[in-house]
Amino acid sequence: MNITLKVWRQRNAQDPGHFETYQATNVSHEMSFLEMLDVVNEGLILGGKDPIVFEHDCREGICGSCGFVINGRPHGPWPGTTVCQLHMRAFKDGDHLILEPWRAAAFPIVKDLMVDRSAFDRIIQAGGYLDAPTGAAQDANAILVPKERAELAFEAAACIGCGACVAACPNAAAMLFTSAKISHLGLLPQGQPRRSHRALGMVAQMDAEGFGGCTNHGECEGACPKQIRMHFIARMNRDLVTASLWRPKLEGALHTLAEI
Amino acid sequence: MSAHAATDAAAGSRVQAKVPPGPIEQKWGRHKFDLKLVNPANRRRHTILFVGTGLAGAAGAASLGELGFNVKCFTYNDSARRAHSIAAQGGINAAKNYRNDGDSVWRLFYDTVKGGDFRSREANVYRLAELSVRIIDQCVAQGVPFAREYGGLLDTRSFGGAQLSRTFYARGQTGQQLLLGAYQALQRQVAAGTVSVETHTEMLDLIVLDGRARGVVTRDLRTGQIESHLGDVVVLCTGGYGNVFYLSTNAKNCNATAIWRAHKRGAFFGNPCYTQIHPTCIPVSGEYQSKLTLMSESLRNDGRVWVPKRKGDTRSPNEIPEDERDYYLERKYPSFGNLAPRDIASRAAKEVCDEGRGVGSTGLGVYLDFRDSIQRLGQQVIGERYGNLFEMYERITGENGYKVPMRIFPAVHYVMGGLWVGYDLESTIPGLFVGGEANFSDHGANRLGASALMQGLADGYFILPATVPDYLARTKLDKLPSDHPEVRRVESEVRDRIARLLAVKGKRTVDSFHRELGVLMWNYCGMARNEAGLTAALEKIPALREEFWRNVLVVDGSDTVNQSLEKAGRVADFLELAELICIDALHRRESCGGHFREESQTEDHEAKRDDQNFCYAGAWEHTGDLGNPALHREPLVFENIALSERSYK
Repeated sequence: MNITLKVWRQRNAQDPGHFETYQATNVSHEMSFLEMLDVVNEGLILGGKDPIVFEHDCREGICGSCGFVINGRPHGPWPGTTVCQLHMRAFKDGDHLILEPWRAAAFPIVKDLMVDRSAFDRIIQAGGYLDAPTGAAQDANAILVPKERAELAFEAAACIGCGACVAACPNAAAMLFTSAKISHLGLLPQGQPRRSHRALGMVAQMDAEGFGGCTNHGECEGACPKQIRMHFIARMNRDLVTASLWRPKLEGALHTLAEI
Repeated sequence: MSAHAATDAAAGSRVQAKVPPGPIEQKWGRHKFDLKLVNPANRRRHTILFVGTGLAGAAGAASLGELGFNVKCFTYNDSARRAHSIAAQGGINAAKNYRNDGDSVWRLFYDTVKGGDFRSREANVYRLAELSVRIIDQCVAQGVPFAREYGGLLDTRSFGGAQLSRTFYARGQTGQQLLLGAYQALQRQVAAGTVSVETHTEMLDLIVLDGRARGVVTRDLRTGQIESHLGDVVVLCTGGYGNVFYLSTNAKNCNATAIWRAHKRGAFFGNPCYTQIHPTCIPVSGEYQSKLTLMSESLRNDGRVWVPKRKGDTRSPNEIPEDERDYYLERKYPSFGNLAPRDIASRAAKEVCDEGRGVGSTGLGVYLDFRDSIQRLGQQVIGERYGNLFEMYERITGENGYKVPMRIFPAVHYVMGGLWVGYDLESTIPGLFVGGEANFSDHGANRLGASALMQGLADGYFILPATVPDYLARTKLDKLPSDHPEVRRVESEVRDRIARLLAVKGKRTVDSFHRELGVLMWNYCGMARNEAGLTAALEKIPALREEFWRNVLVVDGSDTVNQSLEKAGRVADFLELAELICIDALHRRESCGGHFREESQTEDHEAKRDDQNFCYAGAWEHTGDLGNPALHREPLVFENIALSERSYK
């Protein structure tokens, strides 16, 4: 089959950017979407033109490197699928596809379809971890985690940090990403100490990076290649409210007690 | 022997493993006491450079940062969380014996030595088994959401090469969860100010001064800036080189450049020919194929592997009656059955396909059938265990694995070879340490499933944080000015190489060379190797390399994102490494583990070792002439496990 691609080209963050049109010919249904782009790029290189820059690495849907918007949908039309796992079976001969990078102020464009997602690392640095220094751990089975709770924590922990939730959100909010980490750790017994610190720190960093706020559109959930659900955002908000209202006082009181 | 005959290095071996004395159970404990410590107040004065942020790199950097050292990390990805450790599916072994099924440190040690076909260093393997127990503790403390039983205890499952259940897992995403645990520990140190992470930064050379590793030269993949980073010690945790075969289960960016540059600066390369071909991957579908996808070995717990008994049987699998199916693994290896180790299962698949009994349009495939376990346990249970793998299979092939058997075929997955290291994980360049898949590792000639995660984390969390400080405490280092002539010289070599790649302006793309190299390696140095094939490969590889430097077409521009240039540098290195792999494979005239020399097999086509002549690790020294590296031998001594024929029957 033959596909027409309209691709966003932008040399760097300063360049205003523009669309260019390319033809992908003799595309096989068995190809992955990125393999189709590989073939287009080989043609561009042989023709002395700049190939389309897009990030990718594992091509198994787990590293989170890849991701761009296809006809308005982050990662394209298949639910629960990263663009590297999307296959050309999803399209038909003569289709016109528009490829754009994630668009969000907190994700500056580096080149073409590649954006700078370092804001996600900084959100994790603001509290997305447990204080578990190497060597200090007790026996693994000393911590009991009920199966249902472990499963729920796993569902949140499945986030691959690709940024599709931000790209899908009309407010460019990063609340699905942030809440997934807060929920993963907050659901486990090991994550109870500093749970409030985590919520306060990560949300403050999220705001400082310039991500928007959630207004319950639910686009993030639909775009998430790991199908992480919005109820984690409610969980994050609950942790945040609790932390803002009570925890500083409570922790302060405990500190005072400890000093006495 | 051919012109590429192995040249033996002079006696007085430079490959001293420095295995501590004493009984094997006490070696590591006593050695840790002998290792020197750095006073807490002095730690921040030492700079440790880590290249790679996968399991070994992130765990090592975070742990050394916690100790108070000044750590700088480098990754070519846009975040430390993307390293390919993340794609490991099935699980991580640990000798916890939570199942009371007879496991122990000693048994994990035994299984791993036997699984590696007696080509690993006993003391290292014992230490690995010993540390496996603490890794699970560490990961749980970090919040890794392992699979649990209803009562809240950790669940385990079985894996190839073992007759018990010691593999801990998090659905089919164990590597992801372990890497995120290490990544979060790393980010915690970034917040604490002990660690910095340079992303989109690729190491292109090693700086060695007065015989010691002192720094790396990197390229910023966004701006093209070439920069030197100096420190007291360099740790490479840059993964394996399976992409030398072009098609592999490795991520697209995985490459050998960091270890190959270090090799050319003096680090010996250990057992380069030991490559692991994984039996359960999705078969190739077309020429454009960019990579191969693994289906976790854990599937073999409940899936049965078979091919039709009759050649050229084109009926759909569900129409082939039971008595016309050959469950060849169960037939040949009754005691391990479908859980035979990877090298053996892969060769068995090749054998039935060579006989013309392979399935699918290419004839290069075998069935992995869940019909019986679905009948026994129900589709829901199978879905709970492997749901994400069935979904992935369907996305890629368009077929439903619950209804028709999956089609699988072996693919390059892992390399046991890598930079040679001693017991302390130090290479032959003092001050250059190597962890994870990048070193020649503890797996001998074949790695058992669920042992890569174990090794990466043992190196990162427990071994490097003990041995690297010892090096720093023992070594007096002068401060190195950044404009030192040697630093400038290495930097300019890196710049010249980039300029040379851009200047060729030939007619073939980088990928087309890479594909050709991959086909060549798969045909001559893949699942089966022989003297004639390897000799032919050793003529073709230098010729292809010569054409590359004459005819490659690299996109212009070194001061911006240029993925064509990134690939060109990596493929140039693969074209050199490929030759060393074939030289090693040719010199090792025995079969062992993943290295199958057709000249050396038993009557029933199993690998036949030659312990008389090849019971050693081969460490290759770069001599300046790619066709004539020098071989150093590290004899392997088995004091605790008797050398025996490896049988899974």
